[in-house]
Amino acid sequence: MAINIKQLTKEFSDPLSIGITSGHRLCPGCAAPMTVKMALMVAKHLGYEVVVGLATGCLEVSTTIYPYTAWSIPYIHNAFENAASTIAGVETAYRALKKKGKLPVDKPIKFIAFAGDGGTYDIGLQALSGAVERNHNFLYILYDNEGYMNTGNQRSGSTPPGSETTTAPVGKAIPGKLQLKKNIVEIVAAHENVYAATATVGEPFDYMNKVEKALKFEGPSFIAVLSPCVRFWRIPEDAAPSITKLAVETKYWPLYEVEKGVYRITKKPRSFKPIREFIEKQGRFRNLLKHPDADRIISELQDYVDKRWERLLALEEATRDKPAR
Amino acid sequence: MAELKGWREIPIGGVIDKPATAMAFKTGTWRVMRPTWNEDKCVHYMMCWLYCPDNSIIVKDERMMGIDYEYCKGCGVCASVCPTKAISMEPETKFVEEG
Repeated sequence: MAINIKQLTKEFSDPLSIGITSGHRLCPGCAAPMTVKMALMVAKHLGYEVVVGLATGCLEVSTTIYPYTAWSIPYIHNAFENAASTIAGVETAYRALKKKGKLPVDKPIKFIAFAGDGGTYDIGLQALSGAVERNHNFLYILYDNEGYMNTGNQRSGSTPPGSETTTAPVGKAIPGKLQLKKNIVEIVAAHENVYAATATVGEPFDYMNKVEKALKFEGPSFIAVLSPCVRFWRIPEDAAPSITKLAVETKYWPLYEVEKGVYRITKKPRSFKPIREFIEKQGRFRNLLKHPDADRIISELQDYVDKRWERLLALEEATRDKPAR
Repeated sequence: MAELKGWREIPIGGVIDKPATAMAFKTGTWRVMRPTWNEDKCVHYMMCWLYCPDNSIIVKDERMMGIDYEYCKGCGVCASVCPTKAISMEPETKFVEEG
């Protein structure tokens, strides 16, 4: 079933019905609430009731400043590292309540965890791996803003090379972060019976279709959503949709899904733009561009994204109709 | 925010026992640039509504009705995703009454 935006406007004309309300204190132009509202609308559109769990991060601290909460649906926050295990516990609790007859057995409830890249790539990785391995029925949405933006731009396992952060500044000693971004989707996809995908707010329909697929998937599912931080990517406040679109067009963020080991690229642009275009649009790379090593780093990154794209095409070909189980 | 509550009035654990209380916090005061909507140019494509991080686009019967300035933070995403440029960003100072 394709998502129809007119249908959604009819269903969610009351802003309170979406799940995340106005009055949260995320920065103007932040992509995190876009990520959240699109996912929640799809879930509710499909007739599910949603319970959300959050890891510590911008989204959590800005939506739940005491005594305010910007959530109109059941919400739980526990700690930074355990969004996945918390939502797994909630899922189990609801299952127990249904078993004891305290909740109708046929009530369709879905469990969605939202976490940033710090709470997924680095701090929450083992909790996520554990929850996926135990095969809980939940959806984990990573809003990837490529750094610890809540605490003021420290490097994370997701920060791209050459990016300026307070803990990996561009200077004489190093040209920004030296290492490549961790490939989190491959890590999650390496588990058994899992749906893992990449998406971005710049391609909303691709993202919403993946949310639908993930919610209908029997077992754990994971979507990594590239969701810019306007402050520390140093981009204009209105640039989140356009910059992520560019990320797809430059192969920086290929859109694909892995369902039980079967790869499928969901968007194949006809022509690609050089990665330099994506880098030049963002202030976080401004000092890199002035650095003597800039050309080397950018050409290495270009080489990396080209090879990754070729590899993805090959994987799609090789795994077609060959699910892992 | 209203005056502080005593400990007897706060729910156990300090939980927030009502949903969506953030609606009482009007983030519209943050706004520097104001989106202004040109109804004649609007084709009701609804991308602004889908993207708006503050749910500030008012819709009714599949049509855009206007912008909720109580919560709009003025980020301009609505203007940037509009295919017909029906929303333009103007400095908030233009709308401040003299005096």
